This record gives sequence, C-alpha cells and structure tokens, in this order.
Amino acid sequence: MTIYELIGKLELSLKNKGCTDTPITGCYASDMLSDVLANGKEGNLWITRQTHPNIAAVAAIKGLSGIIVTGNKDIDPETLEKAESEGIVILSTGLQTCETAGIVYNLFLTDKGGGKA
Amino acid sequence: MGAGKSDYFPLKGGDFSDAGVGSKCLRSELAEMGVPGETIRRAAICAFEAEINVIIHAVAGSLNYRIEGDEIKITVTDMGPGIEDIGLAMKEGYTTAPDWAREFGWGSGMGLPNIKKNADALQIDSVPGEGTTLEIIINLRADGQK
Ligand SMILES: Nc1ncnc2c1ncn2[C@@H]1O[C@H](COP(=O)(O)OP(=O)(O)OP(=O)(O)O)[C@@H](O)[C@H]1O
Ligand SMILES: [Mg+2]
Repeated sequence: MTIYELIGKLELSLKNKGCTDTPITGCYASDMLSDVLANGKEGNLWITRQTHPNIAAVAAIKGLSGIIVTGNKDIDPETLEKAESEGIVILSTGLQTCETAGIVYNLFLTDKGGGKA
Repeated sequence: MGAGKSDYFPLKGGDFSDAGVGSKCLRSELAEMGVPGETIRRAAICAFEAEINVIIHAVAGSLNYRIEGDEIKITVTDMGPGIEDIGLAMKEGYTTAPDWAREFGWGSGMGLPNIKKNADALQIDSVPGEGTTLEIIINLRADGQK
C-alpha cells in the first residue's frame, strides 16, 4: 500500500508536497520522539499528535514514509517546510490516534491478505 | 575514505531552532561519501539525541563531528548542569525532562540508551555544576552494521 492509496481510503488531507507513491512498510503510533527513533522502521507511516519541526527530523533520520497528524491539530508551517525539504509527506486527520491506527492497521491486513502491518 | 571532514555547531538550552542542524549536516556529508544508509542512520540518531539533550537539559553547548580514517567521532559538550549519576541517567525510562520539553514529545528517558545502542563506542564524562561531554564513535564499515 502506498500513501496515495491510503489517502483514498481514509479521510486524510495532504499538507505538503512530497512523494506519495512510496510503499508503506507498516505503521508506528507514538507521541514520544525517542521512542520513534528507537522503534520506528524504515518506510513506516508515523501516527502522532506531535506537530513540532522536530518530527520532520525524526522521520528523515529513520527514513519513514510519512507522518499522519491526528486530532485535526494545527501544524507549524516550519514543520511542513522542513518535512518537504526532507521528502517527508505530512497528512492530517480529524480522527484521534487510536482510531487512525486501527483503520490503517486493518487496511494493512486486507492489503497483505492477513500479513502483519 | 579519509579526507578528514569536520564541522562545529553551537547549541543553546531551551532553543529548538538549532536542533538537528548538526545531525543533518553529518547525514548529508556521509551520504555524499557513499556511506551505507544504516551507518548514516546510527550516526544521525546519536547526534540528534545528543543535540536534543543539550537543548532540553543544559544551558548551552556544542556538537562537533569529525570523519577521519575509518571512523566518525561525534563530540557533544555542554556547560552544565552536569549529570549526578551517569548509571541512573543511562537507565531506560529515567528522565528529569521539564514539562515544556515533554509537550514536544521528549522525556521518555530513551535518548542516552538510544545513543548507547547505536554507537560503536560511547564515553560520557560529567562533572555536576560544570558540564557533560559525550564522545560517540561510529565505525565506517562496508556493511553498516554495528
Ligand atoms: N547534557 C545533559 N546535561 C544534563 N543532564 C543530562 C544531559 N543529558 C542527559 N541528562 C540526564 O539524563 C537523563 C536521561 O537522558 P535521556 O536522553 O536518556 O532521556 P531524556 O532526555 O530525559 O528523554 P528522551 O531522550 O527520551 O527524550 C535526563 O532526563 C537528564 O536527567
Ligand atoms: Mg534525551
């Protein structure tokens, strides 16, 4: 599944320019940045309520495929710019983290025919 | 690989605007040298966690890196407050991060353990009331693994 395909399946708005056709390798939900630096995997989609420019650096260092900011939070324009310069796509949803993660996880299961997200 | 590249970046306590500047330059430099992605990732995690620690726990400091021979040496030093008990600080989950830093998603007590896990060698020297210095070594190996 790619980010482009995900946008069609979940109510997500694209907040910056970036590559939406990289395959997503799974998702990781966390609001703690050192936790993502430790446990996020390359190509993962990161689900979080954090909006600070630091999230762009974390995603870039870990080679994540993109970030979904939940709860309709306002995102610092600097975060969007930084992410764009690193090729990281930022998406926004009105859903909360738990619902978002549940939906994305289930999409993975169907997409992979029962494989793990 | 060993032209010997180095750079220096100042860091100020409480000021996130310089966060990630040094680690980003290091990433670009290593990518340009054709260093394996896994090595770049390990070096960047160490540099970024150390930069953030100066910003959230210290008054001011700096990050310096040097790429020479078969290693990357990252030195992050600050002017205090220092660490009383380094053994305790290294324990996963131990944190004294202030509320303002937690709001931005820092303070899980995982930064120093992350550095330890990703570095080939880590030396921490700290004098309470004076400051802390981290010396991080990442070996340049063809397979990028630790
Ligand atoms: N440069 C420093 N100066 C003073 N104290 C420090 C410094 N770096 C770390 N510490 C102390 O060590 C503790 C553990 O650091 P560590 O990086 O593991 O976790 P954290 O910074 O609190 O949270 P996280 O890194 O998960 O965001 C800190 O809470 C702080 O008490
Ligand atoms: Mg830390």
